[in-house]
Amino acid sequence: MRLRLADRRIWGLHLGLIAVLFLLQFVLPDYHHTNVARILVLATYAMGYNLLVGYTGLLSLGHAMFFAAGLYGAGLSIYYFDLHPVLGFLLGSAAALVFAIAVGLIALRTTGVAFMIVTMMFAQAFYLATLYFNSITRGDEGLVLAPEARRFAFFGLDFDLAEPVTRYNMALALFVGGLIVCLMLVRSPVGRVMVAIRENEERTRMLGYNARDYKLLALSLSGLLSGAAGAAYVLLFAYMGSTFAGIQYSILPLLWVLLGGVGTVVGPLIGTLLMFYLIDKTSEVMSSYLIVVGAVLVLLVLFFPKGIAGTLRARYARWMP
Amino acid sequence: MTFLATSALSRSFGGLAAVANVDLALVPGEIRAIIGPNGAGKTTLVSLISGRVPPSSGSIVFEGDDITDLKPWERVLRGIVYTFQITSVFRNLTLGENVALSVQRALTRDRPIWRHIDSDLVAEEVKAALDRVGLGLRADEVAGELAYGHQRLLEVAMGLALKPKLLILDEPTQGLSEQEIADFCALVRIISLDATILLIEHNMDVVMALADRITVMNNGTLLAEGTPDEIMANAEVQCAYLGN
Repeated sequence: MRLRLADRRIWGLHLGLIAVLFLLQFVLPDYHHTNVARILVLATYAMGYNLLVGYTGLLSLGHAMFFAAGLYGAGLSIYYFDLHPVLGFLLGSAAALVFAIAVGLIALRTTGVAFMIVTMMFAQAFYLATLYFNSITRGDEGLVLAPEARRFAFFGLDFDLAEPVTRYNMALALFVGGLIVCLMLVRSPVGRVMVAIRENEERTRMLGYNARDYKLLALSLSGLLSGAAGAAYVLLFAYMGSTFAGIQYSILPLLWVLLGGVGTVVGPLIGTLLMFYLIDKTSEVMSSYLIVVGAVLVLLVLFFPKGIAGTLRARYARWMP
Repeated sequence: MTFLATSALSRSFGGLAAVANVDLALVPGEIRAIIGPNGAGKTTLVSLISGRVPPSSGSIVFEGDDITDLKPWERVLRGIVYTFQITSVFRNLTLGENVALSVQRALTRDRPIWRHIDSDLVAEEVKAALDRVGLGLRADEVAGELAYGHQRLLEVAMGLALKPKLLILDEPTQGLSEQEIADFCALVRIISLDATILLIEHNMDVVMALADRITVMNNGTLLAEGTPDEIMANAEVQCAYLGN
């Protein structure tokens, strides 16, 4: 019966969170409305990152590659070939998945620091490629999707992704999809093996699991989710540029996840939200806002070493996935 | 039929022959103890059998199949289960979660793991495995917070839940109290009703009480093999243990 109670709590918590996010759109002023939509997409990216780092224990410093693969896979195909946005989204996500599998086959031969470096190198190569093919991507300057490219019909309904309400709910749908995938995965037998690999890979192998296959699966799903977030980003916010493939977009999800709680399902959203508004608010009042951001990060590490959701879980809610 | 047989099994680390030309044969259902001084190569030998360490040369046959080239996880699926000398439970997970990893593996031995697994059945088998080692009421506790002796028992429960044909216990009673050792011996006897047991052990009382046969190792080779009585009477063995 204990299990059943935990199930109810878990679904209660996450469905409650989804409901709050849905209702938020009716009370938020315009400015924050856009911000929260952006945060939901970035939080999906963070959730994808967390699958690998938080649940499988593999620290990647190259996830910008997967995010940007989704971004460009969707963006370029729509920009140049007028692809249907839904197809563009699928194509972008698939591109990220392919990159993740390819990188995984090579990078997973390494562990620890070497894995960080190898993933970072791949991502840097991808970043440099986006600059090198400047004539197509327009490099740092980037490309903007035309408004008509973001209007489409799907199952008899007309969508305009420039419309704030549509945008918010699309972002929410992406986030909810990601949340449910993560929740079901980490509570499944496969998720249990991923956590076991994080905790003790050698022991997991001696329990009859081919750890490498599970790590490749985790990396693939992580890349797919990151890519889906990237594809959604270009559709919802119309812009794609090399910045998104740069090293800071590999570091950011790490910070969001550390802040929110490594290896928690809700942590990535909390971390992304907090970091976004921390930068937003402090940069309003001073130009040296990064000092404040840095100080806050230090304080959080001191008082919430497991991140916000992670620390809350350890103290009050062990049942939280 | 031979259950497990190694032939000319060897492993060197650098220039050191940790295991050299070992021919070991087990019959199904027996409890075999491996004893020997520190550094005799006991742990290396069972590591070779479980696949944690690849051999330098030689071969291993299990139930008629050559398993020399199989990966450790493939050997687990065939029923060769190793429990660690240095307790190696998942410290941050609960006892139930620790054992569930074994249970779901045993349930998906011959099919992909992402296919449906009955979670009630997993819970039931987790409970059963923990009950067998006497930890049934503590399934929700975190493994790292258990007393050392209980962690060893959890380690055994994880091995049991894999439904082993050959269970390798590497110094299982190290660090246990007298009472815990007595309980442990009783448990091993029950386990041996449906599994063959290969036991590395320093505590001679435990070896004498449990083993059907004893293999003595010294300097990476097999020094002697026989019933407990034969081994006790063996002059070579006494020499290896006590020095010349």
